[in-house]
Amino acid sequence: MKWETIFRRILIFMSIILVLIVIGILITLIKESIPSIKSLGIGFLWGKVWDPVSNIYGAYPFLIGTLLTSFIALIISIPFSYAVSIYLGEYNPKGWLSNLLKNTIELIAAVPSIIYGFWGLFVLVPIIRTFEAKIGVAPYGIGIFTSSLILAVMIIPYAASLGITLIRMVPSPLKEGAYALGATRFEVIRSVIMPFTRSGLFAGVLLSLGRALGETMAVTMLIGNTSTLAHTFKDLIFGPSNTMASVIANEFTEADHTVYLSALIELGLVLFFVTVVINLIGKRIITRFTNN
Amino acid sequence: MEARIRIRNTKSILFKGVIVFLAFLITVPLIIVLLYIIKQGVTQVNWHFLTHVPAPVGESGGGISNALLGSFIMVMMSSVLAIPVGMFAGIYLSENPHTKLAYYSGLCVDILQGVPSIVVGIVIYFWLVKPLGTFSAISGSVALAIMMLPIVIRSTEQTLRLLPPSLKEAALSLGVPYHRVILKVIVPCGFAGILSGIMLSIARIIGETAPLLFTAFGNPYLSSSITKPMESLPHLIFTYATSPYDEWHNLAWGASFILLMFVLTLNIITKLITRKWNIQL
Repeated sequence: MKWETIFRRILIFMSIILVLIVIGILITLIKESIPSIKSLGIGFLWGKVWDPVSNIYGAYPFLIGTLLTSFIALIISIPFSYAVSIYLGEYNPKGWLSNLLKNTIELIAAVPSIIYGFWGLFVLVPIIRTFEAKIGVAPYGIGIFTSSLILAVMIIPYAASLGITLIRMVPSPLKEGAYALGATRFEVIRSVIMPFTRSGLFAGVLLSLGRALGETMAVTMLIGNTSTLAHTFKDLIFGPSNTMASVIANEFTEADHTVYLSALIELGLVLFFVTVVINLIGKRIITRFTNN
Repeated sequence: MEARIRIRNTKSILFKGVIVFLAFLITVPLIIVLLYIIKQGVTQVNWHFLTHVPAPVGESGGGISNALLGSFIMVMMSSVLAIPVGMFAGIYLSENPHTKLAYYSGLCVDILQGVPSIVVGIVIYFWLVKPLGTFSAISGSVALAIMMLPIVIRSTEQTLRLLPPSLKEAALSLGVPYHRVILKVIVPCGFAGILSGIMLSIARIIGETAPLLFTAFGNPYLSSSITKPMESLPHLIFTYATSPYDEWHNLAWGASFILLMFVLTLNIITKLITRKWNIQL
């Protein structure tokens, strides 16, 4: 056989491996969660109690924990990532200061999550504890609120770096037209740039959300790992909890019987589906945006 | 009329003030974290720290040589696994952007990029740890390799797409066979971009803990056997940071310092390369 053909086949083979890995991941997750799906049924998702000792498994506490941490983190991070996108995309797109800030923000994403978790455990937790004592909730220090704060910092770069690129893509004739009509800079940003980039910025937020949902280590170290839900909203936000990723990280190696292990894998399967769907929607929006 | 204009201008200036303030405010947490890790970690690091295994509880001293060796071995093994697959798949994607296979593998890259790292850990547990009967460095490396793949593929693909088609056409018209055109002309031209993608992916996986929890697991002794459990820097930080002993915390601060310096250096070198080449990763 000619070398050329062999080379072409290698290229194709490597791409096929990639597809096989993804299919393999999906099949393994589904196969290993079958015992749990069979014995617990769909009610698994809203079962309120997670008690492996008495063989009761409900994912509801973790769904709530995951959603709360991610959404609080998202709400905290959005003003910052929008501000960075607007500043570096519109006010100051060139020059050393702009480059420095952009690179610094990208470094935020480079710091391993274990380091954020470690720092949070020793620096942020005591601060939050004093804060919680002041506002009159049980001063755990660890919990959903603390995890969300760290998560918010960690996910800013994902929305910001996309936002910067998109805002720079706004055609200047549009902006110049608005300026010519006498609009101030704020008005141009509000009524030209924002509407033009809205879908793209939303995609950036989706990508951040995907990150936040799947983030494991920092959250595992800071959330407190309690599988029971608090009763009042205040205790829920400031008290210890658990997310899907953190319960897997904590209990996977301890799971000693089939249904227990399988229930954890089913959590992983749910996590996989949710993050993949969110990511794909985000990517789809970006592709459509950049092609137009 | 005058007043109205003044209000609008003030609003515009105020808005800019808020934006600038928020944009610079987010560098504060990063700077605080960096300074804190450096302050806590730099005093731990010395020759003894780098060449000894962790001391048992109650004894002072000890180091992180097992984690350094483990991280090095696992990163090397996962690079060996991921770089060829990633590069060739990236070349395929940039060369044949419109085939059906390219569509599906492109989709798979996007999916892999979004998979939570803990899920990769679970899957490798069933692929390798269970059949082999023990936690091992091999399974850890495979998990890390899967995390590496999407970054290597995307950087290869995007770098090669930026090259002018005339390069390839010129080489082909001289009668050079296709595989030599790719390997001797196209890849060397895009080398800087591919290299920076590889470095970025190494910087990413060396700090990954979640996929290692159920694969390489960790090992308090110095071990270079790839079929046995192996310690790694992030896993050592995790176990020692969550322990109740002060000596162990100090060990973890030292390890965090080394990990952070390594990751930041790799990232900064990558930045310098990509800036020269104007590559978007």
